[in-house]
Amino acid sequence: MTDRPPRVGVVTFPGSLDDRDALRAVRFMGGEGVPLWHAERDLRGVDAVILPGGFSYGDYLRCGAIARFAPIMDEVREFAEAGGPVVGICNGFQILCEAGLLPGALIRNRQLRFVCRWVDVRVETSASPLTGEIVAGDVLRVPVKHGEGQFVASAADLERIEAERLVVFRYCSPDGSPSDEANPNGASNAIAGIRSEAGNVVGLMPHPEHAVDPDVGATGGQPMFASLLSIALARAA
Amino acid sequence: MSRTAPLHRQLGLTDGELDDIRSTLGRDPNPNELAMYAAMWSEHCSYKSSKVHLRTLPTEGPSVLVGPGQDAGAVDLGDGLAAVFKIESHSHPSAVEPYQGAATGVGGIVRDIISMGARPVALMDPLRFGPLADERNRWLLGGVVAGIGGYGNCIGVPTVGGEIGFAAPHSANPTVNVMCVGLAPADRLVTGGREVHEGALLVLFGAATGRDGIGGVSVLASRTLEEGAEERRPSVQIGDPFAEKLLVEASLELVERDLLEGLQDLGGAGITCAVSESAARAGMGAELDLDAVPLREPDLEPFEILTSESQERMLAIVDPERLDDVRAVCERWGLTTAVIGRLAEGGRLHVSADGATVAEIPARSLTEDAPVYTRPMTPPDESTDVLADDPTFAAVTTPVDEAFVALLRSPNVASKRWVWEQYDSIVQGGTVVAPGSDAALVRIEGTLKALALSTDGKGRFGALDPYLGAAHAVAEAARNVACTGATPLAITNCLNFGNPERPEVMWQFAQSVRGIADACRAFETPVTGGNVSFYNEAGVSAIWPTPVIGMLGLIEDYRLAVRGAFEGSGSWIYLLGETFAELGGSEFAEAVLGTVAGRPPALDLERERRLHGLLIEGARSDLFESAHDCAEGGIAVALAESAIAGRTGFAASLPGDVPAHVGLFSESASRAVVSVVPERANELEDTAEAMQVPWFRLGETGGPNVVFDGLFEMDVTEIADQYEGAIPELLAG
Repeated sequence: MTDRPPRVGVVTFPGSLDDRDALRAVRFMGGEGVPLWHAERDLRGVDAVILPGGFSYGDYLRCGAIARFAPIMDEVREFAEAGGPVVGICNGFQILCEAGLLPGALIRNRQLRFVCRWVDVRVETSASPLTGEIVAGDVLRVPVKHGEGQFVASAADLERIEAERLVVFRYCSPDGSPSDEANPNGASNAIAGIRSEAGNVVGLMPHPEHAVDPDVGATGGQPMFASLLSIALARAA
Repeated sequence: MSRTAPLHRQLGLTDGELDDIRSTLGRDPNPNELAMYAAMWSEHCSYKSSKVHLRTLPTEGPSVLVGPGQDAGAVDLGDGLAAVFKIESHSHPSAVEPYQGAATGVGGIVRDIISMGARPVALMDPLRFGPLADERNRWLLGGVVAGIGGYGNCIGVPTVGGEIGFAAPHSANPTVNVMCVGLAPADRLVTGGREVHEGALLVLFGAATGRDGIGGVSVLASRTLEEGAEERRPSVQIGDPFAEKLLVEASLELVERDLLEGLQDLGGAGITCAVSESAARAGMGAELDLDAVPLREPDLEPFEILTSESQERMLAIVDPERLDDVRAVCERWGLTTAVIGRLAEGGRLHVSADGATVAEIPARSLTEDAPVYTRPMTPPDESTDVLADDPTFAAVTTPVDEAFVALLRSPNVASKRWVWEQYDSIVQGGTVVAPGSDAALVRIEGTLKALALSTDGKGRFGALDPYLGAAHAVAEAARNVACTGATPLAITNCLNFGNPERPEVMWQFAQSVRGIADACRAFETPVTGGNVSFYNEAGVSAIWPTPVIGMLGLIEDYRLAVRGAFEGSGSWIYLLGETFAELGGSEFAEAVLGTVAGRPPALDLERERRLHGLLIEGARSDLFESAHDCAEGGIAVALAESAIAGRTGFAASLPGDVPAHVGLFSESASRAVVSVVPERANELEDTAEAMQVPWFRLGETGGPNVVFDGLFEMDVTEIADQYEGAIPELLAG
């Protein structure tokens, strides 16, 4: 067991917006936030990586389509293939899908408008870097803010995602029941977040980094960051 | 304007202004020079019609670090921190092309803030449109909101509030204002007072210069929109928020590393404005080489390069020894840099292209010598009639419960959730109180302090009495800030008016400025700057005189901030302030009686200020469970909004012996609805008495219904549905 706090890297791409917020959340929850730069091929020995929200490269062409070619993404891919925990939030989720590290894609919201609101998500599995310390079925309150957050996948992929229990978070009513009204973007099967088959890569549209500090809202992000820090700590050991 | 008119008139200069230019230069100006003067002497840039009035505003106070005249104002927050803030209008471009017009408005105000060396931390968007029954107004609203979101959401600055009003006079010309607030260490502000050296390089960085936005200030912003305004679309700039985000980060890094002698944004009048202002402030001239300006297309004429309003560009004043460092920072952020000239002794702005001189002008004559007009003013004839026909005394047949629902569904009152859910209001992690409240609260990282922000305009009041309307706007903005527990510190203002060449518009303007001045003096909230937007009219139909006030306040400990929602049952509800029979210009009069008439409520500035003091003092001692400003729709709407926000009912009886609809819906000034736990009711009453604020116990929170004793009751979920559903239903057409 090591004495140092778990080190969580947050990649800044040109156009990343919630990078500072992710670093702040890591610190708030007791970890060490390590800023990482898109143009470098160096993960600085971190124990976990976050691809933060924002509009990397202006989201021109397609959300996340350019960011996946950034030099640091080679390192992130290698880290993920070696089992390292990788979390993509919002734009980071889009980047992971574009990079093929997660199945499916994110398209424009059903209502064709940007949406910023607090939502409830039900945790579907404990087998992900963000949910290791959460019991499946728990409902967490977190905000979303995106214009292109509608998760879609081919019928075959969607079937596989469900069959292999890759769904990590699903939009739901405050009591955990499914409801179309609770789905802020029309995501297929109300999917808010998924994991890779190996389970160490997770992407989600909601922003847990904006839900750790009770002074600015609900705290549904706390158990997610606690889970991430716990798995990062285990790797640090 | 005829195409065969002399060039100076086509560019918007008068014959008299041309004479002034001739006497300054001692010769005829060439076309490039004319274009430069036309842009810099435009109403938008020079304030030539408003200056004589703006000079009467109070601009000084103990907390003011930077007053009017710079890119933005700045106030001292203590602990070595400064807040930088400014409001601006982008109404004209938004009327022509709503998405880009609104988007570039956001971009422009953000650059004003970064040019002061401050990090933008919040945006607010006060908007006004014509009625939503009209399809074009729905299109304008949708486009403007999407543009604000599309730009603001992409640059990582939260949009934390604003306001939206609807009124027929704003149909032709929507009013689109945007305020930005930034934070900086007080000793690192980049102000015009910095020492600048001869030979310092003019370094343009950011986007390349194109043909967009040529004539933006002179053709679009400084004239009345006519038929065929769509043809002016080339004068609307196109925004690239991704470039802006890079510009923000690069600029702040340059300032943090102290690599600059000066920093200027490029907005209205483009390079001409940025270079002439930089030179004039330093008491110098400049050599400007247009061949060095990176262009988006190769064949731009010199006058186009000089006046292009292409977005996402900044001008840095750089010591030659620091140039390599500056370039390295910009390159790291993927931005192009170009040395386009240098500051020179002598005060002349010398512009060359292709090795030849294309313009040579005293820099100060562009920035300082614009004519100042004292335009004629006359009060409009019909004002007396409108004032006489006061709805306070009208016979009312609508039952009060129906009127109550009509008010909650009125677009001016109803929830604007449809709008603010399209804005990222939480990025940067500091939003303590989000949109949909009296004032937004944004905490300052590393401290317990938070900024309280409110933007307010009073359309109908201003239409009926511009002096009172403006004073009410300041009062309401300050009250909104005080309701959270914050102390109002200073304002920025956006003065939206019609054509100043019409004496009745100029009269409205002068009255409004007087109203702002009186209120700001009473509240000790000086004016740190702002923007004047004239020519908001089509044909002879001007917008309502609409001064919009952006109020900045400070709360020392945001954990003591007060919200508007009723929380839990059993709290006692109080009205602070007094209700009079004042339905003139009220929401009730317009939404229920269909009339905009009468005298707006009286405003006693000292009484108002005492209320603010009580709200702030109560918050400091953690007295209130809730506090909410009482404005459009009176006590009834204020109570309903607190109930809806907390999904908690109440039972209330109204004070006095006025008719029920007057008691419920009168919009008397200087009132707030608060709630306290019963154990602290005495403390509230004593404090209110000591601070000379009248109080009345309205009732108690709790239960599933809103109950007005002896009048009516309704389910709180049902009224919430009405309040939340009204605007989405109207937009569905």
